[in-house]
Amino acid sequence: MFDVENLTYQTGRKTLLQQVSFRARPGELLAVVGANGAGKSTLLRLLSGDIVPTSGLVRFDGQPLSEQPAATLARRRAVLTQQHTLSLAFPVAELVMMGRYPHFQGQPTALDHWIVEAALSTVGLSALAGRSYPTLSGGEQQRAQLARVLAQVWEAREGFLLLDEPLTGLDLHHQHHTLDIARDLVLRGFGVIAVLHDLNLAAQYADRILLLAEGQPVAYGPPDQVLTCENIHRGFQIDVQLLPHPHLSCPLIVPCPRRAV
Amino acid sequence: MPTLVQAPAPIVTTPPPQALPGRQPTVLRRQRLLLPSLAILLIGAILVGAGVGAVEVPVPAVVGILLHKLGVSTGLAYEPQQEAVLWAIRLPRVCLGVLVGAALGLAGASMQGLFRNPLADAGLIGISSGASLAAVATIVLEVKLLAIFSGLAAVREALGFYLLPTVAFAGACGTTFLVYRISREGGRTVIATMLLVGLAINALAGACTGLLTYVATDEQLRSITFWGLGSLGGASWPTVLRLLPFLVLPLLWLPRLGKPLNLLALGESQATHLGLPVGRLKRQLIGLSTLAVGASVAVVGAIGFLGLIVPHLIRLVAGPDNRRVLAGSALGGAIVLVLADTLARTIVAPAELPIGILTALLGAPAFLWILLREQKQRRS
Repeated sequence: MFDVENLTYQTGRKTLLQQVSFRARPGELLAVVGANGAGKSTLLRLLSGDIVPTSGLVRFDGQPLSEQPAATLARRRAVLTQQHTLSLAFPVAELVMMGRYPHFQGQPTALDHWIVEAALSTVGLSALAGRSYPTLSGGEQQRAQLARVLAQVWEAREGFLLLDEPLTGLDLHHQHHTLDIARDLVLRGFGVIAVLHDLNLAAQYADRILLLAEGQPVAYGPPDQVLTCENIHRGFQIDVQLLPHPHLSCPLIVPCPRRAV
Repeated sequence: MPTLVQAPAPIVTTPPPQALPGRQPTVLRRQRLLLPSLAILLIGAILVGAGVGAVEVPVPAVVGILLHKLGVSTGLAYEPQQEAVLWAIRLPRVCLGVLVGAALGLAGASMQGLFRNPLADAGLIGISSGASLAAVATIVLEVKLLAIFSGLAAVREALGFYLLPTVAFAGACGTTFLVYRISREGGRTVIATMLLVGLAINALAGACTGLLTYVATDEQLRSITFWGLGSLGGASWPTVLRLLPFLVLPLLWLPRLGKPLNLLALGESQATHLGLPVGRLKRQLIGLSTLAVGASVAVVGAIGFLGLIVPHLIRLVAGPDNRRVLAGSALGGAIVLVLADTLARTIVAPAELPIGILTALLGAPAFLWILLREQKQRRS
């Protein structure tokens, strides 16, 4: 479980995040939404321990994050970042196997191999297991990295997944497929925190939503409470209409930009 | 997750993973055979290197002498003169070649992994330039410094023949430490900054070396040139034994860092998320490489290109997995240096070519040939 208390982060004179508090539980998908520069990625970097908060505290399972060894943390929580720098010609299977490195010394076990297969099959890349990573398309690379992250916490109990814009570069099918994977994990007792841009996807898949604007929390709670016309306007400076979803109990958000009216 | 109001379109489900046991990831045959083949090649290179020269020692004789030294009599025929030459001259030289070659290859592969840049080598963080500056300063300024600081005479006396290696090693460590210190920002070593700092410090050290060369006498110039191009000519058992303690740690430890280096290839924060202590890994890589290259350069002079090209060759054959690249670069470096040295002392016998010239002269075209061949294969 992630407990976040009064989290504030400043660099120089700029305050990127101010007084953010929430709790992300296992068995729950928390979507972080907000305009560009609202502090979503900063929040995720604070949660993954990349940067240290100016004030406030992040607790993972009751203990301050900074007091937990990286190696222990790596077996329980995995992070999918926005940018990937890998340029070496690793085969996709080996990239995914790197997610298993925290679990074995020396040679991978049969279980590690099996998990790599399962992770690849989950993201639908089994056929490309032997392909060299740089030859994949952008979306395929993104899915390969997702498979690596899945493999890392595959058998963890109450594991956590931090996903920074996991849908970037994915087609419609794979956007939904990725969020379905996240839902499956949530059913298995995982906690997932994902930065999302598409409010409709957030409404459909998230259990809770945290809406940020200029580093400050605007709203936090279940989708139907957070995604109101007023909140969305405060977060994105855009007018929207909420329609009833034809199949689901969540609202369907339709933007009405000024020019179209 | 909102509840369903009406029957929706079926939601995509996760396909079930294939049944146990898992298929092993495909490792090409040439990748599996790389290390055994390199080991065999190295033994071959050692036998050739030990045998070729003014006094020919055929391979059976080399084997016979070696086994005899180990207390096994084989009945393989050899002359006492062959035994003397092999034991006192050839073997220490071949051993030195193996040690230095392995050290340069390993350090090159480590730096390419650390900088995540295939153009990196140990020279990039100032190891070689620092050693050169210190050595050249010693050659040129020795007499003057002794005249000014009479206290140094005792140090000079104590070090004797080992003055130059000691100073060079100190210079290598000093420069690298300087580069490392300047590149630290808020308790972290920023690798991109380190690259630039390394460039600047290298240029500075190069300029100082140039200045000293400019004021050097003709005799000093000869020593400088010789030192700058490298040679295994000074090899003897005592040299090998003095170098060995410096190389034991790097040669045994660096090849074990393959897994961490693979993670580092993902990016620093990604590696941290996977539990890798990135700061410690950087210090290990820099420290061990400096130890290996600094000690090697101190003994044999600056031998260029080997640390850059050998890891490349290994990667072309064995792929980017650092577990294979590191071990392969150690073996490959040893092979290349032993063979290059054999060539260096036979090609213009009884004189010797500086080995640094040979490694570049043969290495560069070989490298280009392989690059072009790869290019052609990619196109077809």
